[in-house]
Formats: sequence, structure tokens, C-alpha cells
Amino acid sequence: MGSVDHSIEKNVKAYEPSFEVMVPTPFVKFMRTCILWQIIRFIVINIKMIVVVQKSH
Amino acid sequence: MARLVVMGGGVSGHTAATFAKKWLGDEHEVVVVTPNSLWNWIPSNIWVGVGQMTKEDVVFPLAPVYEKAGIDYRQAKAVSIHPEGKTDSNTPYITIEYTGQGKEGQTEEITYDYLINATGPKLNFDATPGLGNGEGGIGEHTVSVCTADHAVHANLELQRIFEKAKKGEKQKILIGTGHGMCTCQGAAFEYIFNVEHEANKAGIRDMLDIQWVSNESFLGDFGIGGLHIKRGMYAASSKLFAESLFVERGINWTIGAHISKVEDKKAHYELLDGSTGEMEFDFAMLIPPFAGVGLKAYDKAGEDMTDKIFAPNGFLKVDADYTPKPYEEWKASDWPRTYQNPTYKNIFACGIAFAPPHLISKPMSSPNGTPINPTPPRTGMPSGIIGKAVAHSICDLIKEGENAHLHEASMAEMGAACVASAGKGLTDGTAAALTVYPVVPDFEKYPGIGRDLDYTFGEIGLAGHWIKHILHHMFLYKAKLKPGWTLIPE
Repeated sequence: MGSVDHSIEKNVKAYEPSFEVMVPTPFVKFMRTCILWQIIRFIVINIKMIVVVQKSH
Repeated sequence: MARLVVMGGGVSGHTAATFAKKWLGDEHEVVVVTPNSLWNWIPSNIWVGVGQMTKEDVVFPLAPVYEKAGIDYRQAKAVSIHPEGKTDSNTPYITIEYTGQGKEGQTEEITYDYLINATGPKLNFDATPGLGNGEGGIGEHTVSVCTADHAVHANLELQRIFEKAKKGEKQKILIGTGHGMCTCQGAAFEYIFNVEHEANKAGIRDMLDIQWVSNESFLGDFGIGGLHIKRGMYAASSKLFAESLFVERGINWTIGAHISKVEDKKAHYELLDGSTGEMEFDFAMLIPPFAGVGLKAYDKAGEDMTDKIFAPNGFLKVDADYTPKPYEEWKASDWPRTYQNPTYKNIFACGIAFAPPHLISKPMSSPNGTPINPTPPRTGMPSGIIGKAVAHSICDLIKEGENAHLHEASMAEMGAACVASAGKGLTDGTAAALTVYPVVPDFEKYPGIGRDLDYTFGEIGLAGHWIKHILHHMFLYKAKLKPGWTLIPE
């Protein structure tokens, strides 16, 4: 069995405000800077923003 | 020949002046009065404040751009408005005081046919003792990223902190809002995550205790009452995403806070529950509250009538419904559509300079009666769109006569695209890319959350950083009026 990555939980403390918060998993964090995935998101976000900009003018 | 005078050369004023000149051509005059010689792309001040950009990267001189455009540029601050003229003349005029062009201190009267107030805000540091220096400027205890020069100073101080951390000295960093009535939480939000990002890169994150303090009643309010976005099968509050980001980056937060006083390495605060406390810091970047720039208005006889056309906070009254009413009775239709002054129809306001009818966030105050709530943001995309709409209206009034249809740009009917940097870097940077539609929630049209979920979204990632970087270059290009500038939307 591989070791479990607990790094994302290091800032969470029981019964403190941080305990009530959703924290991203290592996969989510990886995807945030994954170049290929972010190129896709770049295109998607731009399209969404252009639509909002057009609606606002 | 008609003359349009634009007071202010920031995002909104510059947009209004440049479009007006393009549409009016040489048949009419456009005059810009602004005390600054440099145009500043303010969103990128964040990166100057952490040493990732220089001042020169975020500013350019206005004079050559206005000369190319055929705009009469006066480096001066507007002092007073005289909409009825004077005893021997009915021609309205403003008075200005030069701050440059070799005429520093000289005053002048400039007549106008149409006037746009786009003066932006006065950075009211003195509203909080110790945050200001007693003369309206920033105090000695904290830094700011509100102007390019402030950001340069902030970075110098930040690097001193980083050097101490590298030597093994634990450092406390405090970032947020410096008063209970501040706006621009987004700028502080960006700065705290950029500082955290840079500390990580420098390998000193463990030596820094980074603390957020804000007047928001919940994290993610941002002065617009928060927003909801689709995530999975849910409509999730921005509170969830903001808190998640803070925990992920190991940043503690104190919200619902009015900073009441700042001393050397210590900030005093009052919370929404009425309790008070102190926060110690080695480095603090606290955004000041905004106020009108202090323009005065006089009638034909020279009597002060400032309160006739300006709201008590110094912002210009426009076609909004200013009737005081409780939060439950607020409507999207309270917000202005044309930004025309109801008393003097040839005066308009745009950007931060117009008086909003009420807050966007729900009003809150402590049991001691201290108001602690964000005031409405009017920066960025709405500011540009409003500037362009106002310019369009005035051009039509000049060309078609006083019955021309006025163009509308209500913040309750427009969206905004916002990119909040969470760290600069071509491959390791991140930013929160957000859109919100409409900016001012319309609870009649969209009950519950006040906004259209199909056009309100947000996500964090490298793509957002790329977009922010592209926007930096794109808007500087547009502001310099380079070929095709009109094709770039506001």
C-alpha cells in the first residue's frame, strides 16, 4: 500500500474554524497547475467570460 | 463646438474621454483634468507589491497618449464645480489647480458644455488613527498597494521582513482592510495570497504567521454580498471557496472587524459582536476606506451648494433612488442607469465617483453602533462599461440634441469578470477566475441568491493566472490607444 498524503490536512485543527471547511485533495491541487488541463480550462473560462462581457455591454 | 470636460483619468475617466474623442472627432473638444502624469493599471499593483513587477511595468505617461488622441490634457486637480456659471456669465465651469506641466499651484477656470466626474476615490487613510499620517497620506506603521508608489514601498518593506525571516526571526504579517467601512477587499485578498506564494518560493513560509483581517461579515463577501457558483450538483457560496483557500494556505482570519487604531506593530480592532482586541504585526498592508475627493459646488451667486449635487460621502448624486430604506426593501432598480445628475443634466459621474444608493452587502454594526460592512465596489469592468456608456450618452446629446436617448449601464443588469491573483508564475501561479452576473444582486429576478447561476462561476487555477497576465498587457495596450484598441472590451 502506498503512503497516504496528509499534507493537505496539516492546517486543519479540530473544533477550530478550519475544521468546518472543505479542503482540496492532492488531486485537485495537482490539476490546478496541470498544464494540459489548465489549457482546456483556459479556453473554457475565456469563452464563459466573453459571454458575460457581451451580456454586460 | 461643444466642450466635454472629464475630471479624472483613471480607468473610467480615461475610457470615457478616449471614446468621446473618437466619436466626437475634431468638431468638438474633450478636456481631461487629472492630477497624475501617469496612468496606472491598478490591478497589477499587487505584483509590484511583492516585487514581481516594477512600477514601470504598470504605468505609462498620459501626455503623449492624449496628444496623439487630440485630447486637451491638464495635469491638475479639479477643485470646484460651478454649474450655473457666475454672476456675469451663465456658462458653467470648473476650477482646477495644476500639479504639473510647469504650472504647479496655478489655478484656472475651464468652461464646459458637458462634465464627467470620474475623479475616483480619495484614499481616506486618516479615517483610522495611525493608518494615516494626519495629512491624508499613508501613515508610518503600515503599507498600501493602492497606488504604484505605495506598492513599490510595500515591496521594500516586505523584502525587509523576508530578510529577517531568512535569518530565522519569526515574522507576523497582517493584511486586510483598515477600517469598518472599507471596500476593495479583493485587492487585499490578492495581496495576502501573493505574499504567501512568494514566501513559499523563498522557502520561508514556516517563519511567517500570516493573518487576514476584514470588515466582511463572512469570508468571500467582497463587498457584493458574496456570490454563489455551481460546483457539482450544488450552488455553493463563495464563503466555502474563500475559507477553503485560506485553510489550504495556512492563513488565519478575523472577520467582521473594524480597525479602530494602528500603532507601531499593533492594530486595535472592534468586532461585530462588540468585543475589542489587538493584533500585533511586523508588516501590515491595510486598505483604507474611500471617500469622495472633496470637490465643492457653488451656485451662480457663489454660495456653497455641495450638498445639493454630492452625497455626504463626497460622491456625485446620479439617477439612483437614494431614499433610505431597510435592506429587505432594497431593489435592483434603486441603482443608477444613466449616471446623469438629477439637478444638472449636463453633469454625469462614472467609476467610483458616483454615489451608490446603498450598500450591496447587508448593513451590519456592532452593539456599540460602529458600522462594520464593506462598501460597494465600482472598480474594474463596471467602471469601464459605465465610462463608455456615459461617453456615448454625451456624444449623442451633443450630436442629436438634448432629447437624445441616454445609454444605460446599471450595475444591477451587468456582469463582471474578475481575476484575483493567488500567486504569480507562468507554470506555478494561480488565480481565482470569477464572473458574477449581475454585480448587484437582483432578488426579484433571481430569488434567494440574487444572481444568474448560468453566468456566475469561479474556479482557481493556473489558467486564471494566464488570463490575469494577458489582461495586464491587453488593458495597457488599450489604454495606450494602440491600433485596434476599440475592439478590446472594457
